[in-house]
Amino acid sequence: MKHLIILQEGAEMSNCKHVHTEGQTHQLLVNNLEVAYRTDTVLKDINLSAHCGSSLALVGPNGAGKSTLLKSIAGLIKPKKGEITWAGEDNMKCRGGEFAYLPQNEKVNWDFPITVQGVVEMGRYSQLGAWGKFTKKDDLAIQRALDLMEMNGELAQRQISELSGGQKQRAFIARAIAQEAHVLLLDEPFTGLDREHTANLSRLLRKLTKESRLVIASHHDINTLTDTFDQILLLNRIVIAMGECRDTLTEENLNLTFKNTSHV
Amino acid sequence: MSDLLQMLDMPFFRRALAAAALIGFTNGFVSGFVLLRRSSLTLSALSHTLLPGIVVVVLITGVLNQAGAFTGALLASLIVGIASITVTRYTRLPQSTAIAIFYTAAVALGVILIPYAHTSQNLEQWLFGTIQTMGDTDLKVFFGIACFTLMSSTLFMRPLLLTLFEPNVAAVQGVNVRRMNYLLYTLMIFALMASFQAVGPILSIGLLVAPGAIISLFTNNTKWLFWGGGIIGCVAAVLAVIISIPLNIPTGPAIVLVLGTLFLLAYISVTSRKFHSNTSS
Repeated sequence: MKHLIILQEGAEMSNCKHVHTEGQTHQLLVNNLEVAYRTDTVLKDINLSAHCGSSLALVGPNGAGKSTLLKSIAGLIKPKKGEITWAGEDNMKCRGGEFAYLPQNEKVNWDFPITVQGVVEMGRYSQLGAWGKFTKKDDLAIQRALDLMEMNGELAQRQISELSGGQKQRAFIARAIAQEAHVLLLDEPFTGLDREHTANLSRLLRKLTKESRLVIASHHDINTLTDTFDQILLLNRIVIAMGECRDTLTEENLNLTFKNTSHV
Repeated sequence: MSDLLQMLDMPFFRRALAAAALIGFTNGFVSGFVLLRRSSLTLSALSHTLLPGIVVVVLITGVLNQAGAFTGALLASLIVGIASITVTRYTRLPQSTAIAIFYTAAVALGVILIPYAHTSQNLEQWLFGTIQTMGDTDLKVFFGIACFTLMSSTLFMRPLLLTLFEPNVAAVQGVNVRRMNYLLYTLMIFALMASFQAVGPILSIGLLVAPGAIISLFTNNTKWLFWGGGIIGCVAAVLAVIISIPLNIPTGPAIVLVLGTLFLLAYISVTSRKFHSNTSS
């Protein structure tokens, strides 16, 4: 895959607050997390740890709390109980470049007068701040992200509502990549992608993991899990099981995850 | 042309032109935010609540002046805005529904109270704008609002755009989304306050929506949306003053009518261009 070669190892981490150095890994820790929307408890007793240089898939049925867990890690939801830390620091304080978040697309204003390139440029705002000027480095990061997601050329100049579902998804992933964050939190990143782009994204996520990033993504397709992720967390409001894909994807665990609608 | 030059000698006409330029530009610039926030209907509702606010102030104080009208209008829009947010937070009702109930109730109250206000003629002027009677103080206020709008939106353009595009991603990127929302509301309310003296509360939403809508038909560049909107708002308002005063037609409605015409022309131009490119390919 020629596009993947363009990404130079280590070069993108310099903007992160917690710069990864050799022999040092940063850990994401979730301790006894409980999240509720008003009276409805969505997540309970969630404990997990993951370190940079690894990838974790969140798997579970609809309403299992996958998106809520990603939002909690991103610091978008205040937990009812428990704590989340990244590199020993409260996740709410890890803003401005540490985390990149890919939301599900339904809340995006698609009529926004902005091109694909403009969307990807937005990914650099956390590095540039409110007033910083775009430098060559930023231009390179943007171009690289567009190349990786095959959104360059004419596609890059299209207004976002003129894209297909899969192209929209790729544009948003390109934006997350351009951000060059330490932790990538991706909510259903494979949604809408065709077979070729699914395979490309799978390879890209592996590459990002090798560059000492932590990739956490909600995922539906159990058949492609092992190709992309090191670890899996089976979730249905509580953690059913977590571990390496091969060990965790047992029939018993899957039954427990998908057959019981709610464990809270 | 000589008539226009003669009119330029009159201080009231020069003041009206300056006010139209400032108000038109400010509203046109902010209309980009209104468009991106998709809050035209909410603002339309808030602009209507300016009426009962003004009426209640007249009832309490017995006089109708700029300070009173500003205060009444601001309080009324704040009460309706906060009430709708409170209802939305504690029920499953969407904010648009809550705001529709509150603003129609407020307008109904205003209509019932108008006969008791005893300043019906002045009130009519306030309802449809009084740009010809602008004083130097009014101009200073409009200049202040224009400066604040330009400075704050230029300083915070990136976080504002991130917030408008996808607030969750903006928050993860380190933007204080709540503060940006407050800034957006402040900009919109200030623009509304400036425009209600020019075109009146009933029509003010036209000035706060049309310029951005017109320019958005031609550009995919957000920077152009704001500056282009400002230029269109400014030109349309000045043009309406030049046309309306010699013809002795009300200036407020003239401004909104000029903008409506420009929107129609822009729409025809864009759709015919698309039609031609489709047929030629």
